[in-house]
Amino acid sequence: MTSLTNSIGPDVPAPALSAAGGDVPDYFALLKPRVMVLVIFTALVGMVVSQGHVQPAIGAISLLAIAIGAGASGCLNMWWDADIDAVMSRTAKRPIPAGKITSEEALGFGLFLSVASVVVLGLAANLLAAALLAFTIVFYAVVYSMWLKRATAQNIVIGGAAGALPPVIGQAVVTGSVGIESLILFAIIFIWTPPHFWALALIKADEYARAGIPMMPNVAGPASTRRQIVWYSLFLAPLGLVPVALGFGGLLYAVIGLVGGVGMIAFSIRVLRNRHGEAEKRAAMGMFGFSILYLFALFSALLAEQSFGLFRPVLG
Amino acid sequence: MGNPEVQHRPLTPEEEARRRKRSIAIALALGAWVLLFFVLTIVKLGPQILSRPM
Repeated sequence: MTSLTNSIGPDVPAPALSAAGGDVPDYFALLKPRVMVLVIFTALVGMVVSQGHVQPAIGAISLLAIAIGAGASGCLNMWWDADIDAVMSRTAKRPIPAGKITSEEALGFGLFLSVASVVVLGLAANLLAAALLAFTIVFYAVVYSMWLKRATAQNIVIGGAAGALPPVIGQAVVTGSVGIESLILFAIIFIWTPPHFWALALIKADEYARAGIPMMPNVAGPASTRRQIVWYSLFLAPLGLVPVALGFGGLLYAVIGLVGGVGMIAFSIRVLRNRHGEAEKRAAMGMFGFSILYLFALFSALLAEQSFGLFRPVLG
Repeated sequence: MGNPEVQHRPLTPEEEARRRKRSIAIALALGAWVLLFFVLTIVKLGPQILSRPM
């Protein structure tokens, strides 16, 4: 177990920060815009698979609040992790380690947006949706970023719950409750997260080691990580087809889920077999890239079936 | 009250431009915030907004 606090901490002075503060795009970058897009997308799917109706304006405002809440948690994550971001090539150019925004500015920005997004969602939708958003922000910023990430190799396994919650919030917006549909979507994202991130961690193991983050390849070793990627993929493939069995995934979804699931297993076996040199790198990056495509295709199929009248029941 | 020991230097034109852009962004965000609450109020209350007791 490593320390619960980061070695330099959010008090680390930003290098050569300008007296005028950051530029507008720097603040936007603090919100992890690509993650926000993914959150909007998965929350929207959680809304459309729900048995209910929401006024378009309320739905749009709720999605905006969910996206800003996700961005706020990303901002708080960058505030806390500024020290380790600075030593990893993938994150060294983020606004705080790059010296464009101070830690204090990022903290204030993140806290303000966290509170504002939860308040707006509570007023626009309902208290359950607001409470779930607040839980997601706290779970990602505090439980994952401040504790799990530096403490255990299961960091992204447990922390993945934060990334999996947006469909559940989406369903809460529409129905005021949590149903089996969004819980299945939660489970799919939750089980998808480890093989997705561990594929990247296999390649970036040296950087994670330098930053002192106990990712699975650094703790259990690459061989164990590869085996776990296969096990998770073997579990994910049938799990991805559960929406068909429950009747909210149609024929299009079934085909994509089946082909995608087989693809996930095939790519994971490729990762297991290619253990050295350039082949190892290609296999891991292939797994990483395909996993994004797989999840995007699954959720796009649900969106298309529910929103554009493409739903054709498979069972019954 | 500022610290008398702190030495302030004038901002460069590039820094001033950056600060101005940030101020405009804050103003726009504030406007969007007000608009959002206006829309939310209208949508939530609907036609009932006109049928309140005098």
